Amino acid sequence: MREVAAEFKRPVMLYSIGKDSSVLLHIAIKAFYPAKLPFPLLHVDTTWKFREMISFRDATAKRLGVELIVHVNEEGIARGINPIDSGSALHTQVMKTDALKQALELYGFDAALGGARRDEEKSRAKERILSFRSAGHVWDPRNQRPELWSLFNTRIRTGESMRVFAMSNWTELDVWEYIMLEKIPVVPLYFAKQRPTVRRNGTTIMVDDRRLPLNCDETPQMRMIRFRTLGCYPLSGAIESDATTIEDVVAEMQTASVSERQGRLIDTDEAASMEKKKREGYF
Amino acid sequence: MTSIAISKPVHPRARDQLRFITCGSVDDGKSTLIGRLLHDSKMIYQDQLAAVKRDSIRHGSADIDFALLVDGLEAEREQGITIDVAYRFFTTSRRSFMVADTPGHEQYTRNMATGASNAQLAIILIDARKGALVQTRRHSFICSLLGIRHVVLAVNKIDLVAYSKVAFDRSVASYLAFAAGLGFSSIVPIPISARHGDNVVDRSAHTKWYNGPCLIEHLESVDIQSDTASQAFRFPVQWVNRPDPDFRGYAGSVASGRISAGDDVVVAASGRTTRIKRIVTQDGDLVHAEAGDAVTITLEDQIDIGRGDLLSRPTERPSVADQFAAYLIWMDSDPLAPGRNYILRIGSQTVAGSVTAIRYRIDVNTCEHLAAETLSLNEIAFCNVATALPAAFDPYDVNRKTGSFIVIDRFTNRTVGAGMIAFPLRRATNVSWRAPSVGRSERAALKHQRPCVVWFTGLSGAGKSTIANLVDQKLLAMSRHAMLLDGDDLRNGLNADLGFSKAERVENIRRAGQVAKLMLDSGLIVICSFISPYRSERDMVRSLIGKDEFVEVFVDTPIEECARRDPKGLYSKAKAGEIKNFTGIDASYEAPIRPEIHLRTTEQTPEQAAEVVIAAVMARTLLCDERR
Repeated sequence: MREVAAEFKRPVMLYSIGKDSSVLLHIAIKAFYPAKLPFPLLHVDTTWKFREMISFRDATAKRLGVELIVHVNEEGIARGINPIDSGSALHTQVMKTDALKQALELYGFDAALGGARRDEEKSRAKERILSFRSAGHVWDPRNQRPELWSLFNTRIRTGESMRVFAMSNWTELDVWEYIMLEKIPVVPLYFAKQRPTVRRNGTTIMVDDRRLPLNCDETPQMRMIRFRTLGCYPLSGAIESDATTIEDVVAEMQTASVSERQGRLIDTDEAASMEKKKREGYF
Repeated sequence: MTSIAISKPVHPRARDQLRFITCGSVDDGKSTLIGRLLHDSKMIYQDQLAAVKRDSIRHGSADIDFALLVDGLEAEREQGITIDVAYRFFTTSRRSFMVADTPGHEQYTRNMATGASNAQLAIILIDARKGALVQTRRHSFICSLLGIRHVVLAVNKIDLVAYSKVAFDRSVASYLAFAAGLGFSSIVPIPISARHGDNVVDRSAHTKWYNGPCLIEHLESVDIQSDTASQAFRFPVQWVNRPDPDFRGYAGSVASGRISAGDDVVVAASGRTTRIKRIVTQDGDLVHAEAGDAVTITLEDQIDIGRGDLLSRPTERPSVADQFAAYLIWMDSDPLAPGRNYILRIGSQTVAGSVTAIRYRIDVNTCEHLAAETLSLNEIAFCNVATALPAAFDPYDVNRKTGSFIVIDRFTNRTVGAGMIAFPLRRATNVSWRAPSVGRSERAALKHQRPCVVWFTGLSGAGKSTIANLVDQKLLAMSRHAMLLDGDDLRNGLNADLGFSKAERVENIRRAGQVAKLMLDSGLIVICSFISPYRSERDMVRSLIGKDEFVEVFVDTPIEECARRDPKGLYSKAKAGEIKNFTGIDASYEAPIRPEIHLRTTEQTPEQAAEVVIAAVMARTLLCDERR
């Protein structure tokens, strides 16, 4: 992280409000202490995030005194793109991937730090810690720079950029154990609570606001649920759980039998879908 | 070192982590083995397994194909081969593991070196039916070179030789014969079947003759002795932390050893000594810091320290030198050009440097030493390296973090090589520069001119020599002291030993640049006429001369026009195949991006072109005249 601050002209930290982002931010604050963070946070808001995520985001930025940039793809809003009518693929493309590219170009960021981990998904396992993107933010898996030892090649030309995955070698369990050890605040949605939900295609969706259209045979039911991964609420599947504390969550993790991304509706669209998204510029 | 990647949190149960790589030839079953390890150690979640079952059927296999768990990228799933390094994680009750799955086929050997650079142990797979292959040997050699000391020889597909002890023993013997000279401290052979799980997590009932541990038992118990805290203290400064005028801290991760507040430290490059004042973290000051800790250090004295400096104890200093001998692995499709200026990253230091000599290339199959003028992709050599400024380092076999470096191409920005330092070369201290008592400006003042180097570059037949000669004549007529250096003339004398390969062209320009510099220092206007096809060599000369004294003149003539003129009859010979490596035909020309002067000979006569150059040179000289 300090490497990024030292080597790039205009770095930014992508802040998704999730647990990985919380850990990344916590570590960044520690790395630069007593100085302030030498880069801003960027949140790409799809406008469909859980309300609790947004309030947590704003409270966190205030608590830590960090600069927060929120970017929304207004063009997407104008086109009426949303996860319900447009489908998850188009919504993700326009409101996340395109929006991120817009924001990076708008502010001229040349390095974007993120909390993605290699254990999340198969194509992530091959990601570099410093991932080179050509001028169009395109990831070419066949043309990545070799990374030996901890010696990073940070050289880029104008217009090119680097995605930096500082937590590549962490696992989901590492993240939770670290959150427990360092007492890092995370969005309350990670802990179980009675919440209004509906079941669709074997997935439990939380009814976060009135925008979620209910079928005539659906009535929201209160269920004891929590989330392992957070995104847009209509696309995030909850799990039924009684884990109300961080210790419960860690204990639950140690016996988990399904992967965290299972609840993510965007990955199951088609085989190798993550790799396609990444080539197009998804983080 | 001091990395971008954050190290793993310290676990309350202090589970240690073993980082290992798997390597072997195509189809030896590496991905299958990793898939098996993940599956049998219960790291595969139900949904992932279900997806693989679906995919296995689609890819035409009846059983679960474990390789599909780890072969992440679409392209390789289609071709059935792994094309890049993949990192996997799994945990048992005794250890956590990070696995680098590295590719087996030849053109991706650089990825193998990448995986090996951070590994403590290697699992080398061989097919029980085939024994050790050329690739196996290559991979073992790279593991050894990158400092891996522990090897598991996994003799895979033992089921396909009917669990035969004879086949196993034969494979092991063939491997040991080769590996004897590679300096591994342990080699543990295990007969396995990744596909069926024999001796992976549980001992197999099919190999009663085998009494050793199964794979996972061995991985859990092998002593990797990674006690970097007991080594000499090394702290590469990564970032200077200056939130306000009262605080000046040096941030980094301790690469090795330990240090306490109050201990004496020395800055390697400058030799300045001081004392540790505080070891600062957000959770409060520390008394000690040791290998792996990311801290911010403040010092008692205000001394000049920046990113790239290396702190050590005064009693255990690293080497500081501008020349060293190193093993170099070449990783780029463009070959190494000795003499060419590259960027070296040594720890947090970034310096310009070049390979001054290839002592020998190593045939990885036989370990034979061979003569070489250049290095191609995947080739390994023992080289002399020179850096523009002295760098601080340790030998790689003493400290992997301060003894390693990467080589970056200035123009493509690709990582083109990886090196392991063997020892410093002391020549740097023996040949010190004489500080001249009479300098360039004194000599130039005598001639009433401001010296400079006018460097003509362009294709053969572009008109460089014609224009350069005119410029020389005009300067003489104006009573200016100039000297013309022409590529052809130098090749008849000083450079008579050089041909036209890429490496020899680089050396040709290096020598020409050095001669031009001597002439410049004697106060002359130096007119140089060289094809000088590579941007990096011209830039090397530019940095040697100094950008204020260097005037790059691009004689821009389309190749069709050069070939039509063909003053020396070379184009027709090249087209007939009689001359090899001819610029513009079968060797490339990299046009200048921003030359000081751009001449287009299809639009200007040589006379007009020469006047443009004279005007530029005189503008500089006049400036000098006025100042006097």
